[in-house]
Amino acid sequence: MQPKLSLIGWLRWFWRQLTSMRTALFLLLMLAIAAIPGSLVPQRSSDPNGVTQYFADNPDLAPTLDKLQAFDVYTSAWFSAIYLLLFISLIGCVIPRTKHHFLALRAKPPATPARLARLSGFTERDAPARTDATAAITTASALLKSSGYRVARFNAAGESSVSAERGYLRETGNLTFHIALLGVLVTVGFGGGYGFSGQRVLVEGQTFVNTLLAYDSFNPGRFFDDTTLDPYTLSLDDFSVSYEQRNLQAYGQPIDFTADVSVTPKNAKPNPAEVKVNGPLRTNGTSIYLLGNGYAPTIQVTAPDGTVVFSDSVPFLPQDANLTSLGIVKVPDGLTEQLGMIGFFYPTQDKAESGANFSSYPDLEYPLLTLNVYTGDLGLDDGVPTSVYALVTDDLTQQTGGKTGVASIELKPGESAELPDGLGTVSFVDNDPAASAAGDFKQSVPRFASFDIHHDPTQIWLISFSVLVLFGLFTGLMVPRRRVWVKATTASDGTVHLEYAALARGDDPALETAVTALADRHEKLLNNAQPTATPRKDLGLQRESD
Amino acid sequence: MNLTDSALLNSYSVYALYSAMAVYALAFIAFAVDLARRSSAVDAIEATDLLEADAASPARAGGTLTLKRPVLSRISARMDNDAALPYGRSSSLRIGVSLTVLAWVLHLAATVMRGFAADRVPWANMYEFAMTGTLLIMTVFLLVLLRSDLRFLGTFVTGLVLVLLGIAALQFYVEVAPLPPALQSAWLVIHVFVASLGTGLFALGFALSTVQLLQARRENHVADGAEAPRGAIASALRLRFLATLPSSATLENLSYRINIIGFILWTFTLMAGSIWAEQAWGRYWGWDTKEVWTFIIWVIYAGYIHARATRGWRGSRSAWLAIIGFSAVMFNFGIVNVFFNGLHSYSGLAL
Ligand code: HEM
Repeated sequence: MQPKLSLIGWLRWFWRQLTSMRTALFLLLMLAIAAIPGSLVPQRSSDPNGVTQYFADNPDLAPTLDKLQAFDVYTSAWFSAIYLLLFISLIGCVIPRTKHHFLALRAKPPATPARLARLSGFTERDAPARTDATAAITTASALLKSSGYRVARFNAAGESSVSAERGYLRETGNLTFHIALLGVLVTVGFGGGYGFSGQRVLVEGQTFVNTLLAYDSFNPGRFFDDTTLDPYTLSLDDFSVSYEQRNLQAYGQPIDFTADVSVTPKNAKPNPAEVKVNGPLRTNGTSIYLLGNGYAPTIQVTAPDGTVVFSDSVPFLPQDANLTSLGIVKVPDGLTEQLGMIGFFYPTQDKAESGANFSSYPDLEYPLLTLNVYTGDLGLDDGVPTSVYALVTDDLTQQTGGKTGVASIELKPGESAELPDGLGTVSFVDNDPAASAAGDFKQSVPRFASFDIHHDPTQIWLISFSVLVLFGLFTGLMVPRRRVWVKATTASDGTVHLEYAALARGDDPALETAVTALADRHEKLLNNAQPTATPRKDLGLQRESD
Repeated sequence: MNLTDSALLNSYSVYALYSAMAVYALAFIAFAVDLARRSSAVDAIEATDLLEADAASPARAGGTLTLKRPVLSRISARMDNDAALPYGRSSSLRIGVSLTVLAWVLHLAATVMRGFAADRVPWANMYEFAMTGTLLIMTVFLLVLLRSDLRFLGTFVTGLVLVLLGIAALQFYVEVAPLPPALQSAWLVIHVFVASLGTGLFALGFALSTVQLLQARRENHVADGAEAPRGAIASALRLRFLATLPSSATLENLSYRINIIGFILWTFTLMAGSIWAEQAWGRYWGWDTKEVWTFIIWVIYAGYIHARATRGWRGSRSAWLAIIGFSAVMFNFGIVNVFFNGLHSYSGLAL
């Protein structure tokens, strides 16, 4: 009959199972397998557009996958369950081992086994004549101690021995590794909550103040307090890009992006600084990353009576490697009708055989702006937030381009055109008319840069735990932990016989060499000790008898 | 460097690489011949052994054929010389190693010239990464040879490098191009280099684990008293040379030692990668496909290390984990880089 387990008994059984090495292994393998789907199916966190596309391409499969949290694998219930169980198992494993290790650190090495011959690296030597067994063990003990062993002496009838152990650092390293791993998980889990991330697009010449409202988008962590934002200002003074021009294999490939900025802390002078693709700017507790860039053509719309109703440098989103860019202009007020324009900007305009415009080079060689004009209701007054990068054309009438039969407006820098219906004029303002007149358009259109601004006060913890993980891993795997014994037995004729042996605890490739080396060094020490240990008279006598 | 010099240097690099591949192919043949010779030597010894055994006593100690013939081992003292039939004096083996060293020199020259032609480290696209990665696999192999006699892995290592270089030269080749801003970082040098080094170690560990599995099977057969391996593959290929290789336990230990160094390097790779990701993209971890696979590989090898300390998982089961781990490394390099979407699209290929 099976004895009945009490609730406590069951819990204890469960805990033992959970913290067993076999379970840890099983959970690790599960974790590896569970991570795979996230690389096969696009993830909302890293590729939201991919998810939308996946839904469009697989309308039957996608909702089922979504129910299984396949688009949020790494925050899914099942993935979290695996790693949480793994870490509970880890805690349950590490606590008793730490306790045990603390005790072991204070304990004396265990008694010398009766028979050393069965152990690794067993070596026998005969001590030099007239060596005393106890003295030989004292020498061995000192030798082991100087090599970092902890030693304990044992004496029995006719034999003296030393038991030595080294490599406690191996277990220390192993525990450090596992505990630091917990530290990494906790930091990653909660760390994001204490910071924020925000995005902001700046056109050359624009300035941004680090306050909530100035961000284009802002994602605070759960525990972040907006009032702690430090209101420094950031100005984009200049954005420069250089393109490969010599190497035809890579012609037009960008080789450098540099945002020259000025940072002005509260009540202080501006400091010039730089933000590059691999070089974020760390300032005022935030990190500023350069994540995107493009052109921001300056567009002006003038009513028939000459009043300027719109004038702005509008960031156009790049569509391809040669920076064909798409931008939206909305003019809700000041004209007889609301006006919307979809613009294409070609930094170096070229014409395909079909007659379509395209850009053949990303820099400003022959810039052209084309505009499709819409009139009607922009939908701005419904109180529904709309994107500045999209034009909802439902309630608008297209006036130029497309199927209207009216050609799109095409403008080079400095040019203007009449809007349809006598609405007024639109101009493509040239930022550097003098140079453009001489045929150099390089400065005619301002650029914009999009910045990510982050604050994460826990990164320092993360890096510290990571260093501990590496340190623990290295020592936990590389430091050999071994026990070594040296035993001296005095035979009835007074000769002393020495035995050496060792026991590896964990992988220890150099164990046997270490025992031989110990025996050799010990023998040398005993031999060197001979002259002082032996009275001079004896030597003399010996010489005579030779 | 001006462009014509760069193009010229790159073409020398390509010639050197093709020459290296040709010499690796010859080395591969020499190593294969060595394995074949080992097999026939084992046949010969076992034949005479059987005669002697018939004459003397029917009992032949299972598995531990002690060597009576003067085919003496030169397996280094550092490694337990516990092959059932130590064997080490094949001229084809020495030719194989010499050819490998020659090919390695050409391979190194090709890689260095590519680096100078591009005026940066030669591991910024798939072609270059394959070239440098295989160079490191080979370097690790040759360095390990100085300590342990793993020459019997020559067929595997030259074969693997040859296949990878072939794919790189035919499928991944791209002209020299400057680094895009996203790759202009000291972390490119560190992170990618350490990853390649780790890959080199994992490759060797994989090879040792594979031989370990074959060896364990042979040992089981011998222990069962079976005359010859009955497995279809083994008898078809006549893997008799296994008798001249170290025991499965020794192979397992060697594989473990190599894999743990690989694991430390991989851990560093993972951390360096996330530091770089933080600098380049503003987040240190985003479950990008490449990050996912790097993580999966890390977890598989952590499992492998645990398996070695888990009752019932030592031996063949843990060997399978090392094999799966390296397969994931190859998958990460060959498939994820080219076919999966992600931020790490550095193959340099337009697909
Ligand atoms: C988060 C999951 C875990 C990971 C990534 C992990 C990783 C590792 C690694 C890399 C090692 C070798 C490094 C060293 O010895 O310092 C190791 C060893 C070890 N781990 Fe874990 N571990 C995890 C969880 C656990 C758990 C839950 C247990 C307890 C059941 C455990 C027990 C051990 C033991 C006993 C060793 C020593 C093995 C040996 O001496 O060969 N680990 N672990």
